[in-house]
Amino acid sequence: MSVFSDFDFNIIARSLPYLFREGMTFTLTLTAIATIGGVLLGTLIAMARLSSLPVLPALAASYVNVMRALPLVLVIFLFYFLMPYIGQWILQADRPIQVGALSSTIITFTLFEAAYFSEIMRAGIQSIPRGQVAAGYAIGLTYSQMMRYVVLPQAFRNMLPVIFTQMIVLFQDTSLVYVLSITDFLGAASKVGQRDGRLTEMYLFAAAVYFIISLTASMLVKRLQARIAIAR
Amino acid sequence: MDYHWNWAILWAPSPDGNGTYFDMLMDGLKWTIATSVCAWLVALVFGSLVGVARTLPFKWLARLGDAYVELFRNIPLLVQLFLWFFVIPEMLPHDWGTFVKQLRYGPFLTAVVGIGFYMSSRVAMQVSAGINTLPRGQRMAGTAIGLTTAQTYRYILLPMAYRIMLPPLTSEFLNTIKNSSVALTIGLMELTGSARAMQEFSFQVFEAFTAATVIYLLLNAVVTIGMRMLERRVSVPGFNAGK
Repeated sequence: MSVFSDFDFNIIARSLPYLFREGMTFTLTLTAIATIGGVLLGTLIAMARLSSLPVLPALAASYVNVMRALPLVLVIFLFYFLMPYIGQWILQADRPIQVGALSSTIITFTLFEAAYFSEIMRAGIQSIPRGQVAAGYAIGLTYSQMMRYVVLPQAFRNMLPVIFTQMIVLFQDTSLVYVLSITDFLGAASKVGQRDGRLTEMYLFAAAVYFIISLTASMLVKRLQARIAIAR
Repeated sequence: MDYHWNWAILWAPSPDGNGTYFDMLMDGLKWTIATSVCAWLVALVFGSLVGVARTLPFKWLARLGDAYVELFRNIPLLVQLFLWFFVIPEMLPHDWGTFVKQLRYGPFLTAVVGIGFYMSSRVAMQVSAGINTLPRGQRMAGTAIGLTTAQTYRYILLPMAYRIMLPPLTSEFLNTIKNSSVALTIGLMELTGSARAMQEFSFQVFEAFTAATVIYLLLNAVVTIGMRMLERRVSVPGFNAGK
């Protein structure tokens, strides 16, 4: 194996603190915040889409369809450049304001993933029998009470495995912030690899770490799915 | 927003010397289409083989198929592209590695292989799911009338399974188109890459990305409509298992 004869495992060991303390922290923070934000916003979008008000369903549907037709890389670029102008407009500032890399990517991923989460939550809401909604209204609940206490808790619970599966996809997708030269886990590995001319070691190590985390997570989701299936 | 809009920039000559900025985006679109179609062929071929293997009555083969799917599904596409582009050539014997690195269409070929294998794991899942949703009686009926396993798949299971799979396969093809944008990181000047370059040269950020957005939406619509027509063309009267 001539390939591995000059394989430098030391470089990985030496850069571990940087890779995980800087890189993985960013990756996991972005994944967690974008998941929570995406589920919340996605639930609102799903409710808008299923509401009987005029215009709102069409608006929500166009948002979801446009977002889902665009590549994430394009959306990352677009929002990265757009956000300073939106910030200027909101704050009524004289010039486009500066938006940091972390907040920019958090907003981008939340808005982008909300489109995908809204489809999941829509399926979840529709999986609740109509009779429950009617029963809720019959005992005098308002729309928001009925959603809050009857529909959403069950929808969320039924969709939990799908939400976690989407979260794993999101975790892998965060690596695309590479295009903005941000130091996420892959970005950190890439920087070390380029500095020391050790791209082979760093990319293989990054692939292994992503693989182990995603595989473990998806196996846990499978177990969760089995448990929820029995409970129902 | 006091952004200075200038849509005429699309018709201004681009610094790459090959016409206007609009031509540049159109070149990008061509690379996006070429990459997506070729990667999709790779994904269909390998995805079908692995997907079928996972439904065959050999435990070890199904296990191997599962391992294949997990391997390509649990590593981010961007990392997989970097492995194909930077790492694999280093692992080949020296002369081969040099040959691969000097390939004229290196980024394109890498993107086709990388995205193709990445998508093949998703196609494989759809193929096995499609075959598994068929009534078990169909496989038994095939055996009962004396067909071999290969014949059962060729004449009974696969023709119906692929029809059932058409809608999910359509969305996987749309994913392939979207995923082709990741190849800009290895230097492929596809649509998103072209929009990025246009933004860097012209400083007209929003014209560049809005134009690319519109082109992606159109491409998406064309593929969706085309696949719906195909679905109607190949549907078997009276058998609406796909619905």
